[in-house]
Amino acid sequence: MNEIAITSGRMNQGVDPVLHAWTWEIPLYLYLGGLVAGILFFSAFFYLRHRENVFPAAIKIAPLFTPFMLAIGLLALFLDLTHKLYFWRLYTTIRWESPMSWGAWTLMIIFPLSIIWSAFWVKDVFPRWDWKIPFVEKSIDFLARYKAYFAWALIAFSAILGMYTGILLSAFNARPFWNTSILGPLFLVSGLSTGAAFILLISRSEQERHRFSQIDTFLIGTEIFLIIHLFMGFLASTSVHIHAAEMFLGGPYTAVFWTLVVGLGLLVPMFIEIMELRGVKVPVVIPAVLVLFGGLMLRFIVVDAGQSSRWLYKFMEQLIF
Amino acid sequence: MRYAMAIDTKRCVGCADCVVACQTENNVPEGFCRDWIVEETIGAFPELQLEIRSERCNHCDDSPCVRCCPTGASHYEEGGVVLVNHDECIGCKACIASCPYDARFVHPEGYVDKCTFCIHRVREGKNPACVEVCPTHAMIFGDLDDRNSEISKALRTRKHKTLIPEAGTDPHVFYLL
Amino acid sequence: MGKKLNRREFIKIAGMGAGGLAVASSFLKPVSLFGQSVSREKLIASTFSEATPTYCEICFWKCAGWVHKKDGRPWKIVGNPDDTHSNGRFCPRGTGGLGAYTDPDRLKTPLIRVEKRGKQVFKEATWDEAFDYIAEKMNGIKEKYGPECMALFTHGSGGGYFKNLIKAYGSNNIAAPSYAQCRGPRAEAYLLTYGEGIGSPERTDIENTKCLVLIGSHIGENMHNGQVQEFTRAHMNGATVITVDPRFSTAASKSKYWLPIKPATDLALLLAWINVIIEEELYDKEYVKKYTYGFEALKKAVKGNTPEWAYPITTIKPHIIRETAREMAAAAPAVIIHPGRHVTWYGDDTQRVRAGAILNALLGSWGRRGGFYAPSKAHVPKPEHPPYPKPQKGWRDAFPDKYPLANLALSSGICDATIPSTTDACSIKGWIVYGTNLMQTLPQPQKTIKAIQNLELLVAIDIMPSEITGWADVVLPECTYLERYDDLRISQGRVPSIALRAPAFEPQYNTKPAYWMAVQLAKKLGLSAYFPYEKIEDYLEYRLKAVGSSLAEMKKIGVKNLPLEQELYFLNGEDYEFATPSGKIELYSDTLAEHGFDPIPRYTAHEEPQEGYYRLLYGRAPMHSFGRTTNNPLLTELKLENEVWIHPKVAREWGIENGEYIRLENQDKVVSNKVKAKVTERIRHDCVYMVHGFGHTQKQMRRSLNRGASDTQLITRVNVDPIMGGTGMRVNFVTFRKEVA
Repeated sequence: MNEIAITSGRMNQGVDPVLHAWTWEIPLYLYLGGLVAGILFFSAFFYLRHRENVFPAAIKIAPLFTPFMLAIGLLALFLDLTHKLYFWRLYTTIRWESPMSWGAWTLMIIFPLSIIWSAFWVKDVFPRWDWKIPFVEKSIDFLARYKAYFAWALIAFSAILGMYTGILLSAFNARPFWNTSILGPLFLVSGLSTGAAFILLISRSEQERHRFSQIDTFLIGTEIFLIIHLFMGFLASTSVHIHAAEMFLGGPYTAVFWTLVVGLGLLVPMFIEIMELRGVKVPVVIPAVLVLFGGLMLRFIVVDAGQSSRWLYKFMEQLIF
Repeated sequence: MRYAMAIDTKRCVGCADCVVACQTENNVPEGFCRDWIVEETIGAFPELQLEIRSERCNHCDDSPCVRCCPTGASHYEEGGVVLVNHDECIGCKACIASCPYDARFVHPEGYVDKCTFCIHRVREGKNPACVEVCPTHAMIFGDLDDRNSEISKALRTRKHKTLIPEAGTDPHVFYLL
Repeated sequence: MGKKLNRREFIKIAGMGAGGLAVASSFLKPVSLFGQSVSREKLIASTFSEATPTYCEICFWKCAGWVHKKDGRPWKIVGNPDDTHSNGRFCPRGTGGLGAYTDPDRLKTPLIRVEKRGKQVFKEATWDEAFDYIAEKMNGIKEKYGPECMALFTHGSGGGYFKNLIKAYGSNNIAAPSYAQCRGPRAEAYLLTYGEGIGSPERTDIENTKCLVLIGSHIGENMHNGQVQEFTRAHMNGATVITVDPRFSTAASKSKYWLPIKPATDLALLLAWINVIIEEELYDKEYVKKYTYGFEALKKAVKGNTPEWAYPITTIKPHIIRETAREMAAAAPAVIIHPGRHVTWYGDDTQRVRAGAILNALLGSWGRRGGFYAPSKAHVPKPEHPPYPKPQKGWRDAFPDKYPLANLALSSGICDATIPSTTDACSIKGWIVYGTNLMQTLPQPQKTIKAIQNLELLVAIDIMPSEITGWADVVLPECTYLERYDDLRISQGRVPSIALRAPAFEPQYNTKPAYWMAVQLAKKLGLSAYFPYEKIEDYLEYRLKAVGSSLAEMKKIGVKNLPLEQELYFLNGEDYEFATPSGKIELYSDTLAEHGFDPIPRYTAHEEPQEGYYRLLYGRAPMHSFGRTTNNPLLTELKLENEVWIHPKVAREWGIENGEYIRLENQDKVVSNKVKAKVTERIRHDCVYMVHGFGHTQKQMRRSLNRGASDTQLITRVNVDPIMGGTGMRVNFVTFRKEVA
């Protein structure tokens, strides 16, 4: 095995000894983006299936949280920028090759959509709500006539948003652990799963909970399948990808990933949900919180591990600065 | 015109003069560097080989940093030199994550910084500072499109490689073996 | 070699005329010394309006260059293309020289100690107070013990003024650690063999050589600029490089042969090579016959030193020893057994270096192209002053029967002479320490401290608050080389040359140039007559005028190459009288025999490490000059701390991981500061290696404080060379201690 040493003392902050360009802001942003995508998807989807009365939490209540979640996510994204005063530069150009660019534009679209969509349901959730300003009231009433179109748009853009959170990372060829097309679907499914879990958490309806437990169980199953697929893909690929996978198969990320994400975040809640579907009484809050927590951990670990994987000087434990 | 650099690993002794020259020429902030020295040892005692390389931004033809930049701050200049426009950079760091060579960093002033091939010197007809200072003349800078340039000749006559070509970025810093 | 010139063409290019007329024209025309054309931008760089000429003070190579300012602020330093030390290209330390100027930890004002010595409690003083204090003490020492009881330790350009001062005062105790702790054995070995030394920059014709043999010389890691450049040129020209080193050094990686010798056995290998060269009749018969003395005795002496004999000692296989010897012979006379530079290793160093000198003689490389050339030096007269008083005694009197062949004062000897003992005829009472951090440059720091505690006066002149300044009674802060004039650089080379150092910046803080200090101190001591010029500009003007130049001219050109006055190589069949007793190259030395030493080098085994211990080797990194640069802001960025190199098998035995911090403990239970382990195949299993100059303990040097380990601290034992008093320092053994986090 080759010995590699950087002998000129390079210690660039954020890059050495291991890349950590992104710390908590980006994973939180990706997480909230996925969660919002999940919530809005279910809300729009079941609205189009006319389940307003059956799934009130999913269609009406959950979306009310999304503008705030997005705002926090965007704030996190903004905080991550190191040249903040130039933030507006994002919206002076569209660069199709840059996931960061079209992500910014997707958010530009989905953020107002989420506000409008939430506005449609405010009065259903808070019957005594008064918009105060007649113009706002009128506008909402006007737009509400096209609810179905909004729902279709939401389905499309939430899918894009959900995928985007994964593709943002998988577009980085330079980081072998991110460089897999599974990451898009995985983050989308994880986003949908956390969305379902969020709905489970706030739902008061037995029927709705039952349905979303089913959905979530299915999504968790899909996620596990994708994770297995992810590692099989890596192990069948080049040495750098194998090495990236090894970080999780005996390497530094093994414990956190398999206990926090796969164990606590997927297997345990799936088991509980299956038990519940079979009639065992378990407080639904437990699996829901676990799924939400697991999703957050997934983003943190993937963002961190991706930055630890590299092409050059790939066996970083050999690198002495 | 296609600017490129060739580093002669036979000549390089890894003294890091290129690194200091870059620091003073470009006023690189303390704690950061745009170029660095790598020593790679191959084999086991006593059958050993040592490759010493002065590394920096590879000014790739297919630069992931330019592609992933959401604002166009990272761009190609004349001769294929990859530069960052400071007042278009928002500091999203996507380019840092996208670079397989870890050649970029966030300047303390917020924008992303890296090797510029000393384009300000090149435009005056001079060599980049690192090339100019190298005591063992281990570095060559020049135009690949000019068949008679020193670098074209070196690449025609000497065995050479680039770093991780499999990352698919078409790097333009060559290592003469 | 005082023959007439015959290489007219060479002279025409190189000579820039003492008369001064050639200077301007050669400056404008893009020509250079070695036939490569100087590019246009280099000339532009050297005529840059805000550029000041200097020669570098970061190491002893003293490359000449230009200091550039941008918008009135320090910008960069670049090499002077007319300078043969650098050929226009500085090494990293020279390029990073600005860091010496910008270092915020510099000494800023004169200091006088107010508490017990070593407690480091000082008061800030004016220059006048400081000089009064020193003068009073020096006068006291003169009265009580005699002026011979003052000593000067010096390293660097400003030392000359203090040498003048201390000689005028009446003492000859002037020592530089660069002798007894570095290249002293080399000087004496070549003097004994050839009647001449190697000098600096070395007279090795590396760029023309066909075979270069390096024994522990890590060219490339020692960034002796011109030499590294020549090494690269030779390597690219296909010269065979043979590197003998327990470590796979940078030079070893560029060698055709790497001989990973067992440490401390180099002399056995050299004798085996001599044996092969003689037995296989590969030596230059004509040359040996014409120029050498004692060949038959040598032949007899090395009869038993066959490669087979050397194999178990050195671990180098006999066929490799033969093959490499034949390579040398094939390249002869364009072959160099490099004399090394830092050669104080095992205490028999003069003999070891002499073995290399003998090998060079057998191959006929001395005075031959690709071997050793005859260096030239400019003759620039100094202003006259009254004769120095004659000292009645000197450091040598403290050691009446020892080190008979030491030609220079031993810094370790002066240190020893400061520690009172019954045999001391000359006990030293006062030290002036100029530009050398004795705590790191002398081995056995405990002994140095003991000596210091016996002093009545210790003056330290330095730029940085190095460890020695902490022990001083008076600290005089010098300004950096970028802020002062200094004496002309007049060093040997293929062509004689002079270089000017002019101040690029005003001195920062309350710092002053050494010249000014020496002049002021001379005034207080009533020795002003020895400094005919109060201002250094006038002194320089005097010297420059004598060679047909002026300060104004030198400020424009920085370096002036003068006409060659002698041949570089022997002419074919030239008669030559060497400055040895026999007038020939002495393969057999009667001088050594007279003093009871081996007239021909003989191998004796050295002590070996015990189980679990490893020989401590040390060397350099290209970006630092010993401990002098380890606080330089630009250079610490390149290397903040040293590592200890450990073979993987050894590391595995001790459970040491690459990059882990450990401590070293030597045979005398001295434990080092924590140091990073570099686990590497590039070193033998029976030794460890680290770069010298780290592990500073001085709090005021904030960047370097506690960074890495100090090899000096672990060098508690030395083997003293009985011939000239050099302190062999590679005789210490260390073991590992796990660092508890």
